[in-house]
Amino acid sequence: MAVAVKTQNLPLIKKIRNIPREEYYVPGHRTCAGCGPALQYKLVAKAAGPNTIFLGPTGCMYVANASYLCTPYRVPWMHTQITNGGAVASGVEAAYQVLIRKGKREGELPNVIVMAGDGGSVDIGLQAMSAMMYRNHDALFVCYDNEAYANTGIQTSPTTPYGANTTFTPPGPAIPEGKKLFPKDPPQLVIGGHPAVKYVATASVAYPVDLMNKVRKALNVQGPTFLHIHAPCPKGWKFNESKTVEIAKLAIQTGMWILYEWENGEYKYQHKPREYKPVREYMKLQGRFAHLQEAHIAKMQAFVDAKLKAPGIPVAVPAPPPRAQA
Amino acid sequence: MFIIPKEKEVPLGCITPAPVTEQTMMITGNWREYRPVIDQEKCNLCMNCIVYCPDACWQLNEAEDEVVWNAKYCKGCLICVNECTTEALSKAYELDFEDGVVRLEKPF
Repeated sequence: MAVAVKTQNLPLIKKIRNIPREEYYVPGHRTCAGCGPALQYKLVAKAAGPNTIFLGPTGCMYVANASYLCTPYRVPWMHTQITNGGAVASGVEAAYQVLIRKGKREGELPNVIVMAGDGGSVDIGLQAMSAMMYRNHDALFVCYDNEAYANTGIQTSPTTPYGANTTFTPPGPAIPEGKKLFPKDPPQLVIGGHPAVKYVATASVAYPVDLMNKVRKALNVQGPTFLHIHAPCPKGWKFNESKTVEIAKLAIQTGMWILYEWENGEYKYQHKPREYKPVREYMKLQGRFAHLQEAHIAKMQAFVDAKLKAPGIPVAVPAPPPRAQA
Repeated sequence: MFIIPKEKEVPLGCITPAPVTEQTMMITGNWREYRPVIDQEKCNLCMNCIVYCPDACWQLNEAEDEVVWNAKYCKGCLICVNECTTEALSKAYELDFEDGVVRLEKPF
């Protein structure tokens, strides 16, 4: 049985000036002003190019974009239920494999990209995503992480950070910190449990060249790949919409978000700050953390410190200790 | 509006037409309160506004060597003003312009 082999080799981008000009996620969509997920969608679509099929599990990037009869996608796109983004990607990829094997389609296997939110990938959609990784389908699963179920009114999700004020975790006299639980770690979930996966990376909208290179690397790999993209949500995190990129940068500078890629069992880190800022600087800009007391911020700092030294993530150069609390 | 060949007819809503350069059925220009204004003298084409715009409203005009703003879709989030490296961009109140606050003939 002949299996369609990917021959494409999308070139990596060296400078911000060399970013391709063509848009595949065009203006004219209903996302909020300053939307982080829309920004990452634009960059992923630019990096992937014309030979792409997007699958949209229910989430902001389906609900706010695909209003009736008007979608902003220039490439083929299909809606899937929030539970089965990975399953539909498996089916689309398998169908193209058969079409190419039977000689009914000429050319390259299309890039199948699932654009799932944090709920569609590690909460409700976890089983389909895991099954796609397990069955070794040639697709890219993108989890754009805005840390809440934003399109239904900012409910808590498993990646919502500790202490966030959401509709389901309002702070009150009984629970002063809002959310009590610490978030899941999606890339480690994929790396740890799926031997077929070759490439996993985290990215952020603050570093677009890095993000687009990771998308292209993931699409060049034969087999399932996973990308976890940090996408600030002005409405859900309650900050001014002009600060989307600034907040994303601060997340990396404080250690709340770590940029790394995992390829063939090896970790590589990108844009690692020389010295980490205290998490307070990241949290004070966001309204969802406005109710927190000193003890809660100290607990968050301890969690971030432990994550930066976690044994699961081998650090090539040991991370410098975070600056002491002011 | 758009034409589907008779033999390929499907129930309405199953397949929607794909846009090419812009989705004219969802014009968002009347959302904004402030608009970014560019000073072409100060601009050094660092590309930050083009890359960081979620709505792809800044595009490079290669012939003129300048960045062009798309008033039809800009939602006024002002990420471009915040990320501009040379302070070529500044915000201006929408009502100060003669063509300010784009009124649509037909509201959504």
